[in-house]
Amino acid sequence: AVIDMENMDDTSGSSFEDMGEMHQRMKEEEEEEAEGEAGAGEEEDGEFLGMKGLRGQLGRQVADQMWQVGKRQASRAFSLYANIDILRPYFDVEPVQVRARLLESMIPVKMINFPQKIAGELYGPLMLVFTLVAILLHGMKTSDTIIREGTLMGTAIGTCFGYWLGVSSFMYFLAYLCNAQITMVQMLSLLGYGLFGHCITLFVTYNIHFHSLFYIFWLVVGGLSTLRMVAVLVSRTVGHTQRLILCGTLAALHMLFLLYLHFAYHKVVEGILDTLEGPNMPPFQRVARDIPVVSNAVLNTTAKAIALTL
Amino acid sequence: FPGLADVSIPQDIPVEGEITVPVGSHSPDEDYSTLDEPVKDTIMRDLKAVGKKFVHVMYPRKSSALLRDWDLWGPLVLCVSLALMLQGGSADSKDDGGPQFAEVFVIIWFGAVVITLNSKLLGGTISFFQSLCVLGYCVLPLTVAMLVCRLVLLAGMGTISFIIRLIVVGAMFAWSTLASTAFLADSQPPNRKALVVYPIFLFYFVISWMILTFTPQ
Repeated sequence: AVIDMENMDDTSGSSFEDMGEMHQRMKEEEEEEAEGEAGAGEEEDGEFLGMKGLRGQLGRQVADQMWQVGKRQASRAFSLYANIDILRPYFDVEPVQVRARLLESMIPVKMINFPQKIAGELYGPLMLVFTLVAILLHGMKTSDTIIREGTLMGTAIGTCFGYWLGVSSFMYFLAYLCNAQITMVQMLSLLGYGLFGHCITLFVTYNIHFHSLFYIFWLVVGGLSTLRMVAVLVSRTVGHTQRLILCGTLAALHMLFLLYLHFAYHKVVEGILDTLEGPNMPPFQRVARDIPVVSNAVLNTTAKAIALTL
Repeated sequence: FPGLADVSIPQDIPVEGEITVPVGSHSPDEDYSTLDEPVKDTIMRDLKAVGKKFVHVMYPRKSSALLRDWDLWGPLVLCVSLALMLQGGSADSKDDGGPQFAEVFVIIWFGAVVITLNSKLLGGTISFFQSLCVLGYCVLPLTVAMLVCRLVLLAGMGTISFIIRLIVVGAMFAWSTLASTAFLADSQPPNRKALVVYPIFLFYFVISWMILTFTPQ
């Protein structure tokens, strides 16, 4: 059986040109009626009302038709753009793939002469951003960070998502300027997986508070993930100046973000120094310590301890 | 089929109409009774439904009652009570007390919405509100943990109280995660369960962290 589909296009009554035509026709009919009515002059009231009633009814019908058309078009547009299924292909992953990509994000590639493949998935990066938010919250709570004019949660979410989306967009713009072969989703994915190094570093250093440990982690872990992202970008860009611009910017932003996360939300070390030096000392004055005050405090405490034991 | 070759729908006549068969209207008695019944009956019916779901959460079995008749009363009550109990936490300035309520509210609902979207995008067969319902009801063990923590904190703050609170919150967190996994993971393709469980784990971890670090002032 052959079904003739070419006339089944349901544009009847749903295109504004048709509606416009119909509207125009109706307007012309109304104008004719109005002319006829004016020409009639002193008519009976019944006829006069009849004309007006007819015009009102036509107006209502036209308005109704316009509303139906508008509603149909709006619902069609809504079902097209607000459909969650647009994002579905970016979440099509298996757990083993996610694990493999997480580990790969710490291993710099060696071959930069032909373009490296970047998986355009959004599940891994999204989960990493949320994990970073959770770790930040943990760090802020343990260091008793007080945020004025805002909330801890809002700050953490804003910082992490702002970095991921903002820096991705900025790098995509730079990549567009430098003629790099990368799409927006791939950029989001690359930067998101680069946050894995940040998560590890912050998770360790928010619990073990040594500045030197943080610097070692910053260089090693942060450096490895930066090297991987830089290598992938270099493999997709042509030209020395462009490569330099792109990779320099990405490396700088990535490393500085980790530095910022550590120092802005983590005040425990400063707090410990505060309690040692007494409440009158400004927190950052570590160079010139007032020795007599400290030694006096030490003497007093030892004297008290000895008095207690005796 | 020569006769069908020239069948086509003319362009200037819009095709419209209804293909649904009108169902026979309800007998007047039924409409009358649910609208005119005493308010106590309506409330008790809803309360019983909510209570039954609480029992399902505390003893998670593979039953579909939680999923079939979803409602959001239970999650709302739990969310509000948890947010109220978390208020008045440690703060040096007065303006930190206010956002705590909004924070908890937003975290729970926004987190539940994100997890639902994630499970739908991964190919889940559960509907939006069913998932919200399950995630909201599974906050019940953590609310119980919050109550216990507040009682323990009344006794005093020290290492022992911290250890007790840690154990209680940890156990309730595990219970919440397991309960919600029991309901939600069945609607996923079998090899992707881990991908759905991880955000649920993070979600309840954040709530547990808020409960554990609560210190009254």
